[in-house]
Amino acid sequence: MTSLVARVLEGDKRAAARLISMIEDDEPEARNALRAIYRHSGKAHLVGFTGPPGAGKSTLISRLIKAFRARGRKVGVIAVDPTSPFTGGAILGDRVRMTDASRDPNVFIRSMATRGHPGGLALATFDAVKVLEALGMDLVMVETVGAGQSEVEIAKRAHTTVVVEMPASGDEVQILKAGILEIGDLYVVNKADLDGADAMVSNLELVIPEHSKGWRPPVLRTVASEGTGVTDVADELEKHWKHLTASGELAARERARAETELRGALAEAALQRLTARPASQANLGKAIDRIVHRQSDVRTVAEELLKAGKAS
Amino acid sequence: MAKKIRVLIAKPGLDGHDRGAKVIARALRDAGMEVIYTGLRQSPEDIAAAAIEEDVDAIGLSCLSGAHMTLFPRVVQLLKKKGASDIPVAGGGIIPPEDVPKLKRAGLKGVFGPGTSLQDIVAFFETAASGRAK
Repeated sequence: MTSLVARVLEGDKRAAARLISMIEDDEPEARNALRAIYRHSGKAHLVGFTGPPGAGKSTLISRLIKAFRARGRKVGVIAVDPTSPFTGGAILGDRVRMTDASRDPNVFIRSMATRGHPGGLALATFDAVKVLEALGMDLVMVETVGAGQSEVEIAKRAHTTVVVEMPASGDEVQILKAGILEIGDLYVVNKADLDGADAMVSNLELVIPEHSKGWRPPVLRTVASEGTGVTDVADELEKHWKHLTASGELAARERARAETELRGALAEAALQRLTARPASQANLGKAIDRIVHRQSDVRTVAEELLKAGKAS
Repeated sequence: MAKKIRVLIAKPGLDGHDRGAKVIARALRDAGMEVIYTGLRQSPEDIAAAAIEEDVDAIGLSCLSGAHMTLFPRVVQLLKKKGASDIPVAGGGIIPPEDVPKLKRAGLKGVFGPGTSLQDIVAFFETAASGRAK
């Protein structure tokens, strides 16, 4: 195992790819590896991309890979697509638009299925980010599942969140709704050569909130398929990173991110502890019976199980 | 969480006919696998690089242009060069029967011509993935 970590730190793509699979499959050795890798992580600028399916997230990312490679950055990408709730299978198709980059030794692209995790991301996504950081990537872009209106987890985890929209994807009221349109540090109206781009841009500019500490999220236009406007997006991403470090916002976001991760890990560990053992399994079955037969409500049963767990 | 089978489905070469590859991708998805589909006109170098980054358990290549005798073995060779010869490679498309033994000698673990049933292909990938040394 230590040898796998050592290989990742030397920049071995095969080892990094293997480790990410082990994390996805929740293999016990993966946890040890993550423990060893943790102090080598936290160095990269983590940028999340969200927006409706077909807005052009993958195409924009493929262009940004090139732009940042030209600036000498090492670029990691994790592209998330949905898992079928019926078969557990998935088609991961984001690489279709990223093929040019796949042979560059300083680029690492990984497709990832959600495996039932909500929020447009997979459970393993941010552990995989740590692996890419240990591999030496200094910019990591995470593409969420084509998100609807409330898949906002990415904003809690990334340093910079890019919301990608396209013209004519909704009227003013859609844009006024809460959720995805509040989380951007950067808004991109892609396919800006299509009718309705001006209206989309001005509607966005009307509703996006002024962020704390003096960052006004810009609204940019791109035609990613032709590369138009991509340099501006890259410039603004770098500007936002500088803003985060200079304003002290980076430290605040890192702290918030650590809290989110700790809360998640605690919930997972508590659930494991209360339900994993065979005796607990039997208790759980009885508890479910009581809920189904209306003898007790869910919250009361949960409180009882927590108390019993503490006593044992 | 159980080990998921990950398969790369790729189209090397210049032909633009990807319906077959998409049908295979969908059948594998419906069998519960994670299928990385990389689209048309991939070079063998692209395919080998993608297979390594995606840590796939097997690769399925589709070629209808007649260039399979060049492109399929090239993918096998590149994987070997990159220390990834443990990833089994299968190929399908318009493959004349006389080419099948040649492709097998070149290192392809499965060759599927027109008329192969989807069940056979799903079974091949399940077996290939379970036999892969970790």
